[in-house]
Amino acid sequence: MQIPFKKKPREATLGVRNLTALKRGESAVLDHIDLPEEEARRLMELGFLPGHTVTPAHSAPGGDPRVFQVDGSEIALRRETAVRLILRQEF
Amino acid sequence: MDDCHGASTATLPPPSTATGRHIIAIAGPPNSGKSTLFNRLTGLRQKVANFPGITVEHRMGRVKLDHHREVYVIDLPGVYNLRPRTEDEQVTHDVLTGTMKGLPRPDAVMLILDSTNLNRHLALAAPILSLGLPTLIILNMADDLEGRGGKVDVAELSRQLNAPVALVSAVKGAGVDKVLEFLSGATLRTPPKPPLLTLPPIIQDVPKCRDWAANIGRSTNYRAPAPPMWTRRLDAIFLHPIVGPLIFTLVVIGVFQTIFSGARPMMDAVAAAIQISGQWIGAALPEGPLRSLIVDGIWSGVGAVVVFLPQILLLFLFIGILEDSGYLARAALIADRTMARFGLQGKSFIPLLSAYACAIPAIMATRTIENKRDRIATILIAPFMTCSARLPVYTLVIAAFIPEKRLLGPFFGARAAALLGLYIIGFLAAVITARLLKSTVLKSVRSPFMLEMPPYRWPTWRSLGLRLIDRSRVFLRRAGTVILTVAVVLWVLGHLPLSGGKAPEIGQSFVGMIGHAVEPAIRPLGFNWKIGVGLISSLAAREVIVGTLGTIYGMEGTSQSIGLQAALRHELTPGGAAALLVFFAFAMQCMSTIAVVRRETAGWRWPAIQFAYMTVFAYVFAFLANRIVSLWF
Repeated sequence: MQIPFKKKPREATLGVRNLTALKRGESAVLDHIDLPEEEARRLMELGFLPGHTVTPAHSAPGGDPRVFQVDGSEIALRRETAVRLILRQEF
Repeated sequence: MDDCHGASTATLPPPSTATGRHIIAIAGPPNSGKSTLFNRLTGLRQKVANFPGITVEHRMGRVKLDHHREVYVIDLPGVYNLRPRTEDEQVTHDVLTGTMKGLPRPDAVMLILDSTNLNRHLALAAPILSLGLPTLIILNMADDLEGRGGKVDVAELSRQLNAPVALVSAVKGAGVDKVLEFLSGATLRTPPKPPLLTLPPIIQDVPKCRDWAANIGRSTNYRAPAPPMWTRRLDAIFLHPIVGPLIFTLVVIGVFQTIFSGARPMMDAVAAAIQISGQWIGAALPEGPLRSLIVDGIWSGVGAVVVFLPQILLLFLFIGILEDSGYLARAALIADRTMARFGLQGKSFIPLLSAYACAIPAIMATRTIENKRDRIATILIAPFMTCSARLPVYTLVIAAFIPEKRLLGPFFGARAAALLGLYIIGFLAAVITARLLKSTVLKSVRSPFMLEMPPYRWPTWRSLGLRLIDRSRVFLRRAGTVILTVAVVLWVLGHLPLSGGKAPEIGQSFVGMIGHAVEPAIRPLGFNWKIGVGLISSLAAREVIVGTLGTIYGMEGTSQSIGLQAALRHELTPGGAAALLVFFAFAMQCMSTIAVVRRETAGWRWPAIQFAYMTVFAYVFAFLANRIVSLWF
């Protein structure tokens, strides 16, 4: 299996902001998780619930995986997962 | 501060074990401090046990309540809900619902939650309380909560959940008396079913559970503590793009150097104690076969292995500090990209790290991997990681053949570098095999990597001490059983067949015959028949070879006079020594691991493939090592 971490992950839908769009320390509200139910549930149990505020923090060298502060915890996600966490549109 | 509420004085239901003791389960989310509480409650009265039938490992311990009363406590794997996805979560589910074979349903539950993260952790209270078992809710890390300015109304929480609640610090021991009070049944009662308690309608719905928890949090005046500032500051260093990997490297080098040179004085002391006691016994016993069996067979054989106990304990001390302090999660983060390159998911990293101690707990730890194929791939590569049983072999051969030379000032010597090199080739063999498996027979879609970063904490002496005592028990038990048996069998076979009432030269004995029979197969690696006997005996466990060589040289009378290292230098060429190290790095010489793989993969197929693959791999590379090193030396 090829690991696509050298390529930039493609955006799910044009114009939709996901977690990777945030700079370190910049907060945004999670809208939904674009992953199969089972995986979305696991993320939700760790605090990635729609309506919650997520803030990117430190990362491994190279920026992937990155730690996200959410619901009082710090959870590390790979970029390929973070692109599936869609942020609420700001108006 | 009043810590415990829900004062109702019901007594425990009649005990459900045959021994008349109650069983209390400890449940809670990962990182909530279940094991710390378990250790705090049971101390040394604990052991790792298997559920009969399905043989799933769990920790069980006894808690002494007063002079004549004890209860059993089980530490269950961490879960966020009661809908199992991994085999680990299945265990928790089965025990709590009473469907675990061979174990009666627990009489009560201690639900342990992180009080600094109550809104999220409280979501687990809904499914646990609806089990209908008497439940004590333990809010752990009370010291952290208070220190960082958080608070919670314990009395109100107890009223809302209709269950006793205790605010404790499992690390410091504060509030543990309330837990003991619960265990002795004073504050125990079966929670009545709702309406008092309004559980979320569908308890498996994560957002609904979370909303329910948030409501309870609000109505109990829960104030979440400020973010852990020290953790933020330390992460700024440990996860710094340049300083972070540098520290990672320094930590690794430091561990290896200390394992090699730091353990030396203690090992010398143990060696001296064994030698002196051997001489003392030798002088006390009359000349004859019994003296020979005890001094040459057992003392040389078992003693040769026991010498390495300080070194193994030092390794476990380091693993314990890295794990308990929270640094291990950061190390996993730094290493994740390398793991991804080889097709492994990040979750494989933690089991693989624990394989540095021993492959068996590592294989058990793969139960947290949801994806079956990923799990099998991780099981198959775990024995390549350098387990602590290889350490005696490595240390012995390296000390015998590699001169002590400084590489980086006094901090990193040639011997430590050689040891690190062996750890690296083991790791490379593991990841290359993983790549091979993941691109062929065990292809699968990658599941997302999620790793919780726990706050940094000071490791406690108590927890580190318990680890070391536990490890010493395992090591000495093995020395007292497997290695002792091998030593006795070797001694007997080494003295037979009798010719004219006299024992033969070892080369002409049964041991010699066996050794000579395998010699043609291992000669290309640069091994003679004595190493051959060592290799055969090490199929039981790797470190047995050290004991075997100790016994063989003990019978020859060489080990007392010149020591095992010097004897080895006499036996092996530098090429043969390199081949021996490489062979041990790659071969799967461990019966216990084979048994565990068979159990975890439910059949002989995978362990057979694994054993054959690793043996061929080891043979080929040992052959190459012998050839290449022989060109220079």
